[in-house]
Amino acid sequence: MIPAADPKAGRILLLACGALAREILAVNQASGLDHLDLQCLPAIYHNHPEKIVPAVRDAVAKYRGTYAKIFVVYADCGTGGQLKTACRDLGVEMLAGPHCYSFFEGNAAFAANDEITAFYLTDFLVRQFDSFVWEPLGFAKYPAKFDVLRDMYFGHYTKLVYQAQTDDPTLTQLAETYAERLQLPFERRFTGYGDLETELTGLT
Amino acid sequence: MSDEDEIILSELNDEDLVAQMFDDLYDGMKEEIEESVNILLSRDWEPYRILTEALVGGMTIVGHDFRDGILFVPEVLLAANAMKGGMFILKPLLAETGAPQVGKMVIGTVKGDIHDIGKNLVGMMMEGAGFEVIDLGINNAVESYLEALEAESADILGMSALLTTTMPYMKVVIDTLIEKGIRDDYIVLVGGAPLNEEFGKAIGADAYCRDAAVAVETAKTFVARKHNQSGATA
Repeated sequence: MIPAADPKAGRILLLACGALAREILAVNQASGLDHLDLQCLPAIYHNHPEKIVPAVRDAVAKYRGTYAKIFVVYADCGTGGQLKTACRDLGVEMLAGPHCYSFFEGNAAFAANDEITAFYLTDFLVRQFDSFVWEPLGFAKYPAKFDVLRDMYFGHYTKLVYQAQTDDPTLTQLAETYAERLQLPFERRFTGYGDLETELTGLT
Repeated sequence: MSDEDEIILSELNDEDLVAQMFDDLYDGMKEEIEESVNILLSRDWEPYRILTEALVGGMTIVGHDFRDGILFVPEVLLAANAMKGGMFILKPLLAETGAPQVGKMVIGTVKGDIHDIGKNLVGMMMEGAGFEVIDLGINNAVESYLEALEAESADILGMSALLTTTMPYMKVVIDTLIEKGIRDDYIVLVGGAPLNEEFGKAIGADAYCRDAAVAVETAKTFVARKHNQSGATA
């Protein structure tokens, strides 16, 4: 009897942050990366980096029997180097760089900018501003305490930089509104998909 | 709440007023905390007693509930802001009345890092525990730490970082202390969201502190040990 062909043979699993799902699918579609499958972990881990490493470990354990190769589409993302250590232990690769703000802009360019007083929003964070920024920081729950909280969180920031992955006037307008809400000067910077695109297209 | 239900702070006895201060701290009511501190002062409470029994007592509950996932960052910040209001009144009085000084700490976020929420919480709780705190603010280069440590004759160096990219700078500071032969003159405590105990050990810190309450307890332990050692060698 001839064994059935493995349906996942030659395919790569992208184990990704949910906040990158739209961007990954856009890159895959634009570049014809039909050999890449996508599984996402909850996007809200963006706000809870301590949950990333255990979740990645569990997911790699779950899928490694199915896929010969798994690529973790997270940068360090606030794990303090622990995700890198975990990926090394698990024998899987991951994105380079400290976080999405860096790899969207290009890690080298981002490091060279040394822009420590910028608060960044990506396309995803503009779309999800209320649930990922406004509400977790307590602005919705404590409107009367806005000034106190705003100064404690954003007192040292000097601008809001919207790193645009796409040209979408609606998102730009929203991002500008959010800068006004946070009382920060607004800057829009088109990044495209940056190093994310480079890394995904290089996966074989 | 109707007017009939409104609590008149000045009409509460001491015990009830302190209990109310715990509630007001928990709810981030800065003006009420300031009023209560002034009421207790008018009743001849020592500033140090107000600090420890009312403010630190209340913040300890906030800290526990944050650790246990009952309160979240915004609530802790509002509580801290309320405590800050009380501390502002008490601080000059503490010096005048000779409140006990446990030790002196220089604290700041490291070079490249502007995130100071954790650092501010630690500073405030350390002051509440009787430490003098020299707050260097944000984005500190090694020279800034060294100058302050020497000028202030500090016991403790506290460094904070929120970013994976900035936390390695803590090692730069510690290595510089070693190079200058003064590492053992100071207790070095480090903290920040991406850090862990392993990192603290790897860079040569005395301890990693996961939150403000742990920082206070760790600082007390190390200062007591240091004093004991000084006593033994005297």
